[in-house]
Amino acid sequence: FIRKKLDRATLDELEELLIAADLGIDTAASVADAVGKDRYDKEVTPEEIRGIVASEISKVLAPVAKPFAIDAEKKPFVVLMVGVNGAGKTTTAAKIAAKAKRDGKSVMLAAGDTFRAAAVEQLKVWGERIGVPVVTTKVGGDAAGLAYEALARAKEEKTDLLLIDTAGRLQNKADLMAELEKIVRVLKKLDPEAPHATLLVLDATTGQNAVNQVEIFGKIANVTGLVMTKLDGTARGGILVAIAQRFGMPVHLIGIGEGIDDLQPFDADTFARAITGAN
Amino acid sequence: MFESLTGRLGDVFTKLRGRGALSEKDVDEAMREVRRALLEADVALPVVKDFIDKVKARAVGVEVLKSITPGQQVIKIVHDELVEMLGGAVDTSISLHAAAPVAIMMVGLQGSGKTTSTAKIAKRFESRDKRRVLMASLDTRRPAAQEQLKILGEQTGVATLPIIAGQQPVQIARRAIEAARLGGYDIVMLDTAGRIHIDEALMQEVAEVRDVAQPHETLLVADSLTGQDAVNVAQQFKDRIGVTGIVLTRTDGDGRGGAALSMRAVTGVPIKLLGTGEKLDALEDFKADRVAGRILGM
Ligand SMILES: Nc1nc2c(ncn2[C@@H]2O[C@H](COP(=O)(O)OP(=O)(O)OP(=O)(O)O)[C@@H](O)[C@H]2O)c(=O)[nH]1
Ligand SMILES: Nc1nc2c(ncn2[C@@H]2O[C@H](COP(=O)(O)OP(=O)(O)OP(=O)(O)O)[C@@H](O)[C@H]2O)c(=O)[nH]1
Ligand SMILES: [K+]
Ligand SMILES: [Mg+2]
Ligand SMILES: [Mg+2]
Repeated sequence: FIRKKLDRATLDELEELLIAADLGIDTAASVADAVGKDRYDKEVTPEEIRGIVASEISKVLAPVAKPFAIDAEKKPFVVLMVGVNGAGKTTTAAKIAAKAKRDGKSVMLAAGDTFRAAAVEQLKVWGERIGVPVVTTKVGGDAAGLAYEALARAKEEKTDLLLIDTAGRLQNKADLMAELEKIVRVLKKLDPEAPHATLLVLDATTGQNAVNQVEIFGKIANVTGLVMTKLDGTARGGILVAIAQRFGMPVHLIGIGEGIDDLQPFDADTFARAITGAN
Repeated sequence: MFESLTGRLGDVFTKLRGRGALSEKDVDEAMREVRRALLEADVALPVVKDFIDKVKARAVGVEVLKSITPGQQVIKIVHDELVEMLGGAVDTSISLHAAAPVAIMMVGLQGSGKTTSTAKIAKRFESRDKRRVLMASLDTRRPAAQEQLKILGEQTGVATLPIIAGQQPVQIARRAIEAARLGGYDIVMLDTAGRIHIDEALMQEVAEVRDVAQPHETLLVADSLTGQDAVNVAQQFKDRIGVTGIVLTRTDGDGRGGAALSMRAVTGVPIKLLGTGEKLDALEDFKADRVAGRILGM
């Protein structure tokens, strides 16, 4: 190994690598500073640097890494899936449903995307594949009404878990965000504590805009936790470090493929190592 | 899109504008802020560096020093370089100069907006250009993907290839082209499944589709909210299957659109269209000077 002094130039280089991994300027700078602290001017190998960076990133992420827990006391435990268009809400809802089913829970899916072409069919196909009922309404129907109906049915059937899919929406569209508020309001008529979890689905290819997504969905939809999808393949999703630093919102799960089993608990250390390429 | 980048650059320019003489240090200072604004907008790091170098080289030159309004001059340089980076005044229309049926293939990452954009583009060809279009979904993987395109066809009044369960993408492509030929269509649009650019098997699959379909245009559909990886996505799709244009979606969001700047800069592939909403008429032509103007708030 070639040893290298951990000097300003090396730290600047490091900062740039972190920017290129989507951490954003401020988070990249703060991680680079943390790496330099107490080690400045010490001799290190590139492999050691990667390890140190990974551990600094892991420190930021560890407090937000929280398993996704389904409270068995709530019947049903209601989960609302939200996020921008194409992030992976529908697929993730199906993945969570399949996992819960495997764990012996009774599960119901609600096709709350009444807007996008074949969104209902998409969820129905998943429901058939995993053997879970899917509550639907007609295209153009009222999403809040559908959510209400699904919760009523899930209560009646004493279902353990109800997952409500919603249409994708960009967080800067006030009317669409108001529609989410309405879904929540209507659910509360049947169960004041519902939804028990609201998961914001983030696409790992997204850059700095993910910060806005967390901020606005967080505020309007009372997001309780995050899922990051499309983490298969390349080392992406560095924006999650900035988000962890800024919001401290729990990160529960990651999507690592299009298959039904491609869902894993979020692990700070593994994630940090993937981003930095450390062993 | 772009609005907040406009705001950030505007602040830098306000400081520059009122200045009499500009020292090299003033320019350096301004460029540091421009660098920051671009990086916060997701412009790829190498592209930012290259951009700053170019602007600096010109800004400390005669052009500026001799000018009576040097601040204004620097702003003009930034504008010119931005337009250049976005592709200048090249023709960004979708080319139909080929024997009918002209094949157009849509490719990109999962969820980027391929299917929706396919329907938008087809609709525009039919209603604005009076062309007859046949759409076919080659997405045999995502649940109800073919159904989605079929419904969009019904909504737009554009014909879709009948779905035959069990057929593979290459077979569907063959059937689509044959059907377009027999049916006397002008254009056949092939919507493909989403794939990650480093997924070797899926990139190979789409390369085979290309070999069969010989598309006249291959449009990479990319999300304008994409981060630093945008350049790798664009480069990989270009290298592996050849891309003739980029369709940038979700420009109705509050993203700063840096991916747009870097994809074009790195690959040289022109951005041709912007997706500006979920509705099927939310499609705009891309004009580099107009976008540069918008970014700079001019
Ligand atoms: N590679 C990969 N693809 C994924 C993952 N999760 C979802 N996808 C794909 O991403 C695309 C969009 O996923 P959807 O679940 O339909 O996304 P959505 O958020 O419901 O989309 P809209 O309802 O249109 O807003 C599909 O092609 C999925 O197969 C993942 O973890 N990895
Ligand atoms: N706001 C907005 N949404 C868009 C735009 N283009 C597409 N969408 C939405 O993005 C989501 C995904 O679009 P699709 O067309 O299904 O994407 P795709 O690339 O075909 O997805 P896969 O086939 O799963 O890879 C849908 O919810 C669309 O309505 C756009 O320009 N603006
Ligand atoms: K996306
Ligand atoms: Mg969906
Ligand atoms: Mg599609």
